[in-house]
Amino acid sequence: MTARRIIPCLDVKDGRVVKGVRFEGHVDMGDAAELAARYRDAGADELVFYDITASPEGRTLDYGWVRDIARLLDIPFCVAGGIRTVEQAGRCLDSGADKVSVNTPALQRPELVGELAGRFGGQSVVVGVDSRRSGDDWMVHQYTGDPSRSGAAGRRTLDWIVEAQDLGAGEIVLNCMDEDGVRRGYDLEQLKAARARLTVPLVASGGAGEARHFREVFEQADVSGALAASVFHSGALAIPELKAALAVAGIEVRP
Amino acid sequence: MSEVAVLSYGAGNLASVSFALERLGARVHLVDTAEAVAAAERLILPGVGAAGYAMARLGELGLIESIRAFTRPLLGVCLGQQLLFETSEEGGGAPLLGLIPGEVRRLQAGPGRTVPHMGWSRLEIMRDDPLLEGLGDESWAYFVHSFVCPDGPTTLARADYGDPVPAAVRMANRWGCQFHPERSSGTGARILRNFLELPA
Repeated sequence: MTARRIIPCLDVKDGRVVKGVRFEGHVDMGDAAELAARYRDAGADELVFYDITASPEGRTLDYGWVRDIARLLDIPFCVAGGIRTVEQAGRCLDSGADKVSVNTPALQRPELVGELAGRFGGQSVVVGVDSRRSGDDWMVHQYTGDPSRSGAAGRRTLDWIVEAQDLGAGEIVLNCMDEDGVRRGYDLEQLKAARARLTVPLVASGGAGEARHFREVFEQADVSGALAASVFHSGALAIPELKAALAVAGIEVRP
Repeated sequence: MSEVAVLSYGAGNLASVSFALERLGARVHLVDTAEAVAAAERLILPGVGAAGYAMARLGELGLIESIRAFTRPLLGVCLGQQLLFETSEEGGGAPLLGLIPGEVRRLQAGPGRTVPHMGWSRLEIMRDDPLLEGLGDESWAYFVHSFVCPDGPTTLARADYGDPVPAAVRMANRWGCQFHPERSSGTGARILRNFLELPA
């Protein structure tokens, strides 16, 4: 089968990683490419670059920058932020990205997912979903990159992920907002419910704080990958150490 | 410095394949004419997306016969490997290049098996081949595909995805990789270097 994927996510603004980053003991507010190379060398299985200003500002990614990353990396990477059309996605993929991830634009116009899958194949199309608990259910949120517009999208998370899959998405990244940044573990209940409804790979996002959380999400929610940002950027958890711990627990990871 | 032609036909991950070859010091030529294919020392056929679309593009560019006639080293990557076979279930029996016998079939999702097969799988080497020279028992490669090539005597290496997935194939001077060597870290780099060093 496939190894469980460990996926650092970099929030990028104008080619710089914007969150404070501490890696291997020293502070680095670095150039995104430089940091990407370090994660590559540390054994990351895949990287996600999220242009946090593109979507709220109504612009799209800098393709030259995507090209620079592609030149550097020998592991797969996905780009997200402000992709609203087949043409924009095509330019990202032509520049060397392996996948594009769409979130709010797919909620506004779900046909976008089908258009992207039809042109590039579902394997290149990721649908990112920001989800928050609502009573005993979960609801999709949109424009989460912009506090002034962020809000509920009026859809049940478990309905939307199935719809996105049926439209042709090749992977779903489910960001559980209630846990995001809190570092007390992934939302196992929600991820388990999502996993049970999908046949495409599911990637968990939001809540990782220590190696045990990765182990739990792989064992209990059976996700294909686990995405995390601050736990890696802060230096709290190094990928080689995380993978060693997972391997000891009997979880298949790429050495 | 090695010279390598990469087919540019609008259905391939040209940038990432080219960058990977450049990292190895190769000189990459993007080619899209029958004449350039015929003149190539070695040829890489990349591919992502749908088989029918890729074959239609090759047809529009008049490249199908020149690829079939190419007898120096040829490497199909991902969809490019699938295109080497005869037909694909994708799009209801699309005809492919027909260089290797057999039909490409859809992967079936099942318990513990998501489709696409997306992620890193370990390569099980079935027989020695110059393309796979130097790979150890712990060689991992990055796969992304929803269709699978027929397993048989042309299989050089397999991945286990519930059923055996032909990960690398060969017939005469035509090789294929179902995974993405350009995105498979050191293992992928070694395979591409091996390809560049095959006698043309």
